[in-house]
Amino acid sequence: MTRTRAPWPFVSPALLAIGLFFVVPAIASLFLSFTDFDIYALADLNNLRFVGFDNYTRLTGNPLFWRAMGNTLWFVMLGVPLVVALSLAAALLVNARTLHWKPLWRVALFAPYVTTLVATAVVWRYLLHTRYGLVNYALGWFGIEPIDWLGSPTASLPAILIFVAWKTFGYNMIIFMAALQTVPHELHEAARIDGAGPWARFRHVTLPAIAPVVLLVSILSVAGFFQLFAEPYVMTQGGPAQSTVTVLYFMYEEGFKWWNLGSGAAVAFILFVMIFAVTLAQLAVAKRAERA
Amino acid sequence: MTTARLSRRQALAGAIALPALAACGRQDAAGTLRFWAMGNEAAHVPALLPAFERASGAAVRIQALPWTAAHEKLLTGFAGDSLPDVSQIGNSWLAELAAIGAIEPLPEAQAALVTDQFPAVLDTNRIGGQVYGVPWYVDTRLQFYRTDVLAHAGYDAPPETWDAWKTMLHAVKRQAGAGDFAVLLPINEFEQLLTFALQQPEPLLRDNGARGNFRSAGFKTALAFYKSLFDEKLAPLASATQISNVWNEFAKGFFSVYLSGPWTVGDMKSRLPADFQKNWATASMPGPSGPGASAPGGSSLVVFKGARDPAAAWGLVRYLSEPGVQARFNALSGDLPARPSAWLSAGLRKDRLMAPFGEQLERAKAVPKVPEWERIVSEMQVVAERCVRGQFTVDQAAAEIDTRADRLLEKRRWMLEQGRAL
Repeated sequence: MTRTRAPWPFVSPALLAIGLFFVVPAIASLFLSFTDFDIYALADLNNLRFVGFDNYTRLTGNPLFWRAMGNTLWFVMLGVPLVVALSLAAALLVNARTLHWKPLWRVALFAPYVTTLVATAVVWRYLLHTRYGLVNYALGWFGIEPIDWLGSPTASLPAILIFVAWKTFGYNMIIFMAALQTVPHELHEAARIDGAGPWARFRHVTLPAIAPVVLLVSILSVAGFFQLFAEPYVMTQGGPAQSTVTVLYFMYEEGFKWWNLGSGAAVAFILFVMIFAVTLAQLAVAKRAERA
Repeated sequence: MTTARLSRRQALAGAIALPALAACGRQDAAGTLRFWAMGNEAAHVPALLPAFERASGAAVRIQALPWTAAHEKLLTGFAGDSLPDVSQIGNSWLAELAAIGAIEPLPEAQAALVTDQFPAVLDTNRIGGQVYGVPWYVDTRLQFYRTDVLAHAGYDAPPETWDAWKTMLHAVKRQAGAGDFAVLLPINEFEQLLTFALQQPEPLLRDNGARGNFRSAGFKTALAFYKSLFDEKLAPLASATQISNVWNEFAKGFFSVYLSGPWTVGDMKSRLPADFQKNWATASMPGPSGPGASAPGGSSLVVFKGARDPAAAWGLVRYLSEPGVQARFNALSGDLPARPSAWLSAGLRKDRLMAPFGEQLERAKAVPKVPEWERIVSEMQVVAERCVRGQFTVDQAAAEIDTRADRLLEKRRWMLEQGRAL
């Protein structure tokens, strides 16, 4: 076996799995998005018709689709910085030399990520309860009136955001921790000798060293927030007044509530193109920053 | 998952055996009837089954579905060929499940099941001339009103015609405090406008359910009446989510007339204080000229095409439809029985709060039975809300609803042309 052929037997199982469970379904759903697959077609495939770009043009005329798009963009714009900042702060905390009981902290901060979503959602529904919730109780100390977190169209999005941030920061924290441990300690010492304070050391030593990881985490978070579904599904069912309908939730309703799989596939494909575009833009920005 | 606690290894084995999961339901011993029920019904029906199991020798395994996921579950069950033998089905889903050929029409031998039923409810179950489901429990919407406020305004009970009813609402509004209204019609719910529209002689869809008929004079009259209730400040321009606690608001007098179904009776009893209970009652809906219609709701029992033992499955449906069993089920769950004779034995005809539901059901009128109906009626309300808010005139709104309905019915028209729709 030659050197160039040798890797193939090793990677082929993984490639096969990716091809079978990712590439084939992706192509199939692109194909599906040009058909009017619905309950009639579900009963009998003879009832399937090719409709070209009709699914796409109909979506652009659907106000709920734009509402879902707007909500999702809000989630991405507010959620990504929040999660990146929160997980970086947590990573810095558990990485601090002065911190005792480190394993305990790590477990405590990572625990939300590995607990079941539905179970934590139920707990958070209590925490966010208007009258008995701990969150409103705490806000009361600062003289803030109780907020109807899951019942008001303006508070529901922040409420979901808080829950998602709490649920997901642990994973990113682990990635940041790994990166922080690669920052050479000598650089910190040198900076300290030069008179740099904690903020200056973070800004000029830590941050440049972990920049690629910040990019990675933000790309993962963007993709994650674009695909937000389970949290609004469990907490608010898209309500109140459709204020937490995300693109993926809209796709789910289109596909599995109204059973318009053709239209649902079109939504999925638009979402794919959007995530891809945003990721490319992030990479371009990162490249320019590197050159500068 | 029922009572079994899954160990991690069992869960893992389950995940590995995923392809086999679809066939899970078939692993029951022969003679076991698989029965899907939802929400409140799933909670109470097990108490009725031991008697059936003793008499028939068949075991019944109930799977409880939450209402919020039931519709998806039925369709994915159909796609994955894992539907049970018997199921409870919301009335509004029947047309869809019949259209895809998931449910068995009522066999000749079971014809006795369609006797002793409310005509409109039975009509809801009849699609393309065939009966597909057997009504299990029924509901319909009517008005809940404040007896004390109406008495103050000079009325013993709400009048039966639209004009007189509106005059009463004006009288109530004059009695009401500043910022209070007479009636609540949540702007995001289609049921209220649908009720007024059903009271008109014209059907809501035409050409065998292939096109909207919202341009008809009847629908326009209904929409104009609905809109006038907002324009004359008799109803607040609010959606249901803006009113966090309808019972409290009803008791406080924010509105004195509320259109809802039988489930609200229980809510009013349990959520409002005992000394308030004398201050409210129920009455059937007013109509354009005399008592009006309302949409029949509730659930039916169906047998799926893939049932292993159809005879036993129909046996379960027959048992649950017996008037005596229905009366017991009413006592357990509070659901209103589908069979009028069960109303007598359960004493509902003499119940001050429940009797009006019986009268209203006699006058109920089935909504169009096409799979697209739920979507059409949601679009109707989206447009109606914009009409009430002044963005459309009644004529423009009617034309717009027709346009949207025709777009949703495009596939059905094609199916009808091909001769493949019910």
